[in-house]
Amino acid sequence: MAHVTIKGLHKHFGAVHVVKGIDLAIADGEFTVLVGPSGCGKSTLLRTVAGLEQASEGTIEIGGKVVNDIRPRDRDVAMVFQDYALYPHMTVAQNIGFGLRARNFPKPEIETRVKRAAKMLNIDQLLDRLPRQLSGGQRQRVAIGRAIVRNPQIFLFDEPLSNLDAQLRDEMRSEIKRLHQELGATMIYVTHDQIEAMTLADRIVLMNAGQIEQSGTPLELYERPRTRFVAGFLGSPKINFIKARLENAGIVFADGQALGLPAADAQRYAAHAGKPVIFGIRPQHIDRAPMTGSPHIKSTVDLVQPTGARTYVTFAIGGEPVMAELDAHDAGKPGDEIAIALDLAHFLLIDPESGNVLGR
Amino acid sequence: MTKGLFTRANIARTLLLGFFLLFTFAPLYWMFITSIKPSDDYLAVPPVWFPAEPTMLHYTAALFAYRGLDGLINSVIISAAATLLSTVLGTLMAYSLARFNTGGQHLSFWVLSQRFLPPIAIVLPIFLIYRAVGLHDTHLGLIIAYTVFTLPVTVWMMFAYFRQMPKSLEEAALVDGCTRWQSLWRVAIPLAMPGIVAAAVFAFIACWTEFFFALILTSQTAFTLPTVFRAFLGFQGAQYGEASALAMVSLVPSIILGILAQRHLVRGLTLGAVRG
Repeated sequence: MAHVTIKGLHKHFGAVHVVKGIDLAIADGEFTVLVGPSGCGKSTLLRTVAGLEQASEGTIEIGGKVVNDIRPRDRDVAMVFQDYALYPHMTVAQNIGFGLRARNFPKPEIETRVKRAAKMLNIDQLLDRLPRQLSGGQRQRVAIGRAIVRNPQIFLFDEPLSNLDAQLRDEMRSEIKRLHQELGATMIYVTHDQIEAMTLADRIVLMNAGQIEQSGTPLELYERPRTRFVAGFLGSPKINFIKARLENAGIVFADGQALGLPAADAQRYAAHAGKPVIFGIRPQHIDRAPMTGSPHIKSTVDLVQPTGARTYVTFAIGGEPVMAELDAHDAGKPGDEIAIALDLAHFLLIDPESGNVLGR
Repeated sequence: MTKGLFTRANIARTLLLGFFLLFTFAPLYWMFITSIKPSDDYLAVPPVWFPAEPTMLHYTAALFAYRGLDGLINSVIISAAATLLSTVLGTLMAYSLARFNTGGQHLSFWVLSQRFLPPIAIVLPIFLIYRAVGLHDTHLGLIIAYTVFTLPVTVWMMFAYFRQMPKSLEEAALVDGCTRWQSLWRVAIPLAMPGIVAAAVFAFIACWTEFFFALILTSQTAFTLPTVFRAFLGFQGAQYGEASALAMVSLVPSIILGILAQRHLVRGLTLGAVRG
């Protein structure tokens, strides 16, 4: 187990600048998830930590030692690949024990360690099979077994669940989380799936275009995003962004409907008064309101998507589609006139030009 | 049941297959019986379908009087050595091209372009150089020539093979604790074996049947089997029996190789690594 420190890391592939100055400190035993849209450089960053790519600039330290010029085999890291990368010509037991054999461990020890790892992952009855005789989930377990058997300082996961079907993915996600709790090892996990990021991470590092957009605990990023990109990336269904204007009295939408802000908020955003803003609110923070009484916005139901307990209802505010997550019994049907209450304890105002969240 | 057997499609298929088999095996059969016919029967009318008195005379003549056995031994030595060299060097070269993009975009094509050159254009310079450095009519000379001559195809076959093999397998090996060489030796080579066998078979057949270089670059010592056939076309007409006998002999290695490689060749053509 060890901590990882990345300083000023850049990576170029020819003329393409993929990683553009990453500074990141990962604590011992931390589960860090690198998340971001495809092409944001997260996999490249992980592969650079593994030593499969050379850093163009900057340093990587593992356990306080700079490893830039150290071969992958001597970095004491283990990696789980997206396509599992099982050796097709070896049995499950040989696959799991491969790293130990390559390091010349004595045979009896390899055997005990392989058995222990297999038991931990519930694949001890598959040890004599070849990879092609296994299902996707079993292959993934073998790949993870190959990593844990070596007891490395750091585990690296490169989108390990993206080839599995939805149900298996949930199952393996829990398994990986449990593994982290049992082993307490430092893990770095790359994914483009925000659910995986939210559920697994001690800390999320959200990347965009080769840079870190924001890093912090899942809840921090979810509740206090610093940019429109972060707000839009995390959360399901996606947060709503509505073009509006900030006036002294409150928020005015394109169709003239207005929303009074609490006094404290009005004061906080006073500097931006009179300017266009983007009003961001998550579907969970929108509710039906009584047609009379408390302040509300009026609209017409456009689309209703039931999912069971909750129902996603789409309508327009200021001409822009907005999705709300409502109780199934409150959903109404397309064409219904509804009154909407926006929970003003949970909204964001974003500068449309910079994309930064205001008031932070 | 019987009705199904004699449908038009079945009859057509059987006829077609029969014709194909006839086309393939008739010359082989004719070669075989010519090799055991007494000389008078070669061109007899009506043709002799099977000789009344089969003889092994042509075999002994071809192998000993015409030095066919020496040619056979030379051919085996030269083809085997050149195949081994070409396969080892070609596989390593292809790996380097596929994994490290050695020489940029153009080197791989340049390698193949060596085959665009007509052999006649290079054989005379090679002959002169070989004479000057003492490689003329030596095993080593022909081994070098054949290795160079078969390398482009070996490299290209293996290049294509390595390129479609997922990189992540070798990367997993590197992270697991292998050096580059170990990951090549323990992971990439075993997985590429069907391709390597296929490439080796092609290289061997190319060497085994090569005539032109052997004709120019050898004379009395390192001559190969194909060049021996020259002797059968002489002033006194063609020596059909001896030629057929030697042709039968030269078939043997090809057949053995074919049987040995069949399993790998089929796998090589229908390969696919384990994926998700």
